[in-house]
Amino acid sequence: MARIDLELAHAYKPNPQRDEDYALLPLKMTFNDGGAYALLGPSGCGKTTLLNIVSGLVKPSQGGVKFDGVDVTGRTPQQRNIAQVFQFPVIYDTMTVAENLAFPLRNRGVPADKIKQRVGKIAEMLELNAQLNMRAAGLAADAKQKISLGRGLVREDVSAVLFDEPLTVIDPHLKWQLRRKLKQIHQELKLTLIYVTHDQVEALTFAEQVVVMTRGRAVQIGSASALFERPQHTFVGHFIGSPGMNFLPAHVNASGVSVAGKRVAEANSKLNGDGTVTLGVRPEYVTLAAPETFGALPATVTQAQDIGTYWLITARVDDDNKKGDGSLIRARLNPEQNIPRLGDAVWLNVIGTHTCFYRNEELIA
Amino acid sequence: MELTLERIEQRVGANVHLYPLDLTLVPRAVTVLLGATQAGKTTLMRVMAGLDKPSKGRVLTDGVDVTGKPVRERNVAMVYQQFINYPSMTVADNIASPLKLRKEKNIGARVSELATKLHIDAFLKRLPAELSGGQQQRVALARALAKNAPLMLLDEPLVNLDYKLREELRDELSQLFASGESTVVYATTEPTEALLLGGYTAVMDAGELLQYGPTAEVFHCPKSIRVARAFSDPPMNLIEGKATQSGVMLNGGLSLTLSLSRLPRLPRLPLDTLTVGVRAGALRVHQRAGDLALAGKVELAEICGSDTFVHVHTQVGELVAQLTGVHVFSLNEAITLYLNPSQVYVFGADGNLVAAPDRK
Repeated sequence: MARIDLELAHAYKPNPQRDEDYALLPLKMTFNDGGAYALLGPSGCGKTTLLNIVSGLVKPSQGGVKFDGVDVTGRTPQQRNIAQVFQFPVIYDTMTVAENLAFPLRNRGVPADKIKQRVGKIAEMLELNAQLNMRAAGLAADAKQKISLGRGLVREDVSAVLFDEPLTVIDPHLKWQLRRKLKQIHQELKLTLIYVTHDQVEALTFAEQVVVMTRGRAVQIGSASALFERPQHTFVGHFIGSPGMNFLPAHVNASGVSVAGKRVAEANSKLNGDGTVTLGVRPEYVTLAAPETFGALPATVTQAQDIGTYWLITARVDDDNKKGDGSLIRARLNPEQNIPRLGDAVWLNVIGTHTCFYRNEELIA
Repeated sequence: MELTLERIEQRVGANVHLYPLDLTLVPRAVTVLLGATQAGKTTLMRVMAGLDKPSKGRVLTDGVDVTGKPVRERNVAMVYQQFINYPSMTVADNIASPLKLRKEKNIGARVSELATKLHIDAFLKRLPAELSGGQQQRVALARALAKNAPLMLLDEPLVNLDYKLREELRDELSQLFASGESTVVYATTEPTEALLLGGYTAVMDAGELLQYGPTAEVFHCPKSIRVARAFSDPPMNLIEGKATQSGVMLNGGLSLTLSLSRLPRLPRLPLDTLTVGVRAGALRVHQRAGDLALAGKVELAEICGSDTFVHVHTQVGELVAQLTGVHVFSLNEAITLYLNPSQVYVFGADGNLVAAPDRK
């Protein structure tokens, strides 16, 4: 196990000039020994490039990688002692489950009794005991993927275990059980685990720290709560949550903050100076308010959806200057209150402890 | 267009793909076909489209029998899971193809209008292979919309896209459906997608049509355990028990008192086996007056961004609670869930609904 320090950038083509030329913009981050991390972002965000740089499959075009303070930039995955689990099962069909699990240990000349003990432990954790003597070929896709996970986890001496979307082939209603297994295994084995996914559920459930990536940049590293409550970047607000955060253009001056010509908050020292900022508030924190409540905006409901356990209301902010062209706000409302209907005039409170302000996409207050 | 299916049945050899079903779709509205994989959604769509002839029964469009009439002779638009476009044609030509076939006028204007609606107007001169998956599916959707067919069938069109794109495109589609004149059929495995699309829902399971009605009504009043199972994400918590004079004695030794007005058929059948259904959203971590408390241990907290699904081991079995926002729990942490008895479903021994929660 190792602490992994990255200080690097990567471009697949020579002489990168603009930001777009980089698959990974210059970044500096640390994966602590024994931590559970996820790299989360849409396709093309650079998460797989970053994973491949950690494993040693890709050499960064600038900077380097350190394991426990030692520069390993030029080393192969084998030399780095990295275990990997991929989207699809990578196992030997002709071997038994036990032989598959033992393979990475046998390869490295681990003594037989040690192998037996370790294979038994991993099989027990993954609930593969009953199948240990079965040939892998006959097993279902999810059992095969469990073997892949087991092979990734079986060695105690690895620097880190890397997972690339490992639950893709798992049946949706079995996924939670495997998510639980992975968490249990992390608690017990204390391995450094790095998990790449585009799925917020996978990342937020698995990791202690999630690295959110977009367009070659890591825009926030934080816990699930931090990403939800205090997105450091508008992309995080948008990407985490379904639907994501509401963003409203706001104007700041000495008298306070206003949205669509309506003053909603007092002046705030963190929003220093005049100018335009973006107000961000999650649909979960938007509430219905009485008319003219300070902090609320008048709006007209354009859509009211019964999502079963809650209502999702979409409303257009009234703006006297340019009618019908206001921003949309979505509010997630508890069905126990009176739910406004399509076309209703409402007041929506957008100011609270969870309201965030952004300038140039970065959180400022 | 009004589409009616009369005693439709589909068998392939000894296998039944669709059991006899009757269904009349509400014209110019969206009907969601909801069910797990293998439920029969695609089979039913192929019969609707005329791609397959049913083994038995009749298909009527606006009262006219079209059973066995091939898809070429019908005016149907289809969108599939895979992003299907003409690979050698530009985006513009792809969208224009149904219009050209019909030798329509003003094709250019129509193509650019549709491309703008689906946010692909910047890529009109590109080939499909030069686009991302989401953009390719937008092209397929634009081509289907260009047909302006009275019947539009979409078979899990968003399943191969990532969840943010899915959200975005689903929003746009429901607006396009609402403003259009077509009767739309949309197949999905996801209950939340059905609720977001609204309209009507036909719940399918193992080749059977179980229930059809306005989407929210089917969700709030599932006719049977099977419908409730198919139309719940996370799954509805189901706890078996026996009827008592005042309610239900749950397996695991917990007594649930139910208001008798909600149980018209129960008191006559003491000791009858019942199943109590609790939606994950009805379980809370904050107590209110009249609540039943269920102590347990956290198996896992699945954090989904806007919601946290907490799997809890309790005396009545494994339960899943849906909490709004992000909630972090350690494995095996002690937790107490609260439930108001007015929020439970009761199903009889035959699996049919006896009582649904009070609704506002």
